[in-house]
Amino acid sequence: MEFSLASIADSIDQWLNAHCASWLALTIEFVIVGVLCIGLFAVLGLVLIMMERKVSAYMQLRLGPNRVGPKGMFQTVADTLKLLVKEGLTPAGADKFLFNLAPFVVMIASMLVLAPIAFAKDFVIWDVNIGVLYVSAVSSIGVIGILMAGWASNNKYSLLGAMRSGAQIVSYELSAGLSILTIVIFSQDMSISSIINSQQDGWWIFKGHIPVIISFVIFIIAVTAETNRAPFDLAEAESELTAGFHTEYSGMKFALFFLAEYVNIFIVCAIGATLYLGGWMPLHIGNWEAFNHIMDYIPSSVWFLGKTFFLIFVIMWFRWTFPRLRIDQLLNLEWKYLLPISMFNLLLATLVAIQGWYF
Amino acid sequence: MFLSKYISEVFGGVKSLLTGMRRTGYYFTHHKNIITQQYPNQKPVLAERFRGEVVMTHDENNEHACTGCTACELACPNGTIKIVTKFDITPEGKKKKAIDTFVYHLELCTMCNLCVDACPTGAITMSNSFEHSVFDRSELTKVLNKPGSKIREGVE
Repeated sequence: MEFSLASIADSIDQWLNAHCASWLALTIEFVIVGVLCIGLFAVLGLVLIMMERKVSAYMQLRLGPNRVGPKGMFQTVADTLKLLVKEGLTPAGADKFLFNLAPFVVMIASMLVLAPIAFAKDFVIWDVNIGVLYVSAVSSIGVIGILMAGWASNNKYSLLGAMRSGAQIVSYELSAGLSILTIVIFSQDMSISSIINSQQDGWWIFKGHIPVIISFVIFIIAVTAETNRAPFDLAEAESELTAGFHTEYSGMKFALFFLAEYVNIFIVCAIGATLYLGGWMPLHIGNWEAFNHIMDYIPSSVWFLGKTFFLIFVIMWFRWTFPRLRIDQLLNLEWKYLLPISMFNLLLATLVAIQGWYF
Repeated sequence: MFLSKYISEVFGGVKSLLTGMRRTGYYFTHHKNIITQQYPNQKPVLAERFRGEVVMTHDENNEHACTGCTACELACPNGTIKIVTKFDITPEGKKKKAIDTFVYHLELCTMCNLCVDACPTGAITMSNSFEHSVFDRSELTKVLNKPGSKIREGVE
């Protein structure tokens, strides 16, 4: 049997159904998926924070962490251990229930978006037929957690950070949604699996040329803003608001916010890779059978992770190059530039799709 | 007119962002530019004017240039320097003022360089050494003139 993540999942499913009742098998599968998601989150947190620190170091002519473990690779493990044993303080004036709930809301919101993402060929938690709509709907729940954290902290910096974050995410959700729509127009389907299948003879960024490239650029800018990362990190804005909405958080509750930030980056990059770069689909060019066949030898999960990490690198590249925007510049960029351009681009994409001017 | 300004603004913005990304991308791929000095493994390169601590320069005959004028002691803003003087008998039988001990409290020193500026004979300078940590505070009180040293001939 060929080795792939999908075949492992299938054989586990068959084995469970053969050995116990179907309701029990389903429950065990739920538990396995949950554990795998949490495990993925933990590993992503460690890997992405390490990656960010190394990328930032090399871009700023530094070496980065290089003392703990070989080449400093265990630095994030040590940091996590430190955060685990730290005291989780709740300020006396805080709304205790909301304050303690907020990090979990942020975390659960990013966990929910994980559901329709295809990690490899036929390897997806929930292949819902409105995948793209689901993603853009659920990913905006996270802002409730941020507002909750800012409000419950009873601190002016936290509240300011949370309010900025709210304004920012609500604005940029628009252009992110409109740029996703461009791909929906071309693939004529909202489910993630059929969007990936429509890229069998080439990724949309190559097939859809000008409108898709414009929408890709807008998508990357909008998701950078949505994940509250520099140059759009006004919600945290270290030099102005100490740490924005998570000023008052410490220990494991802070770690959850930190982890959610990196998991969100992974998720938006995974969605970007799925929509524009073909998800797990290998690099296929039209009818070049021999070339396509060679590309198929690389496992689909490697393709997916490679594309996702490439986009994550690009977003990190933004962060360590560009200065932070002011709040009025941020809203100007969205309402005066990105939104009109993406609306015009949507018209252009529709014209190209109707006329069949794409490959 | 408005539209062409708008479009040129968009392209100008994208171009300037790409210029910045090209620079950081260059640094990311060219590690030879890294300026980090890995201190304990690698001795740092310090500037000539770096102020580590006050030292008194002695030549090969164990002679220094300090006349004991206490100009440095008076110049010091926080009482870092204490000079104890004595009277030497010269071969001609005359008494001559000289230093007995030049006490320097490193723990009080702010490395302001005023004592070095005040010294009329250039007897004291700032050295580059900076690894001053010790286990006991009393070790930071130093005597700068070496035992058995005397003032150089001809320095008044």
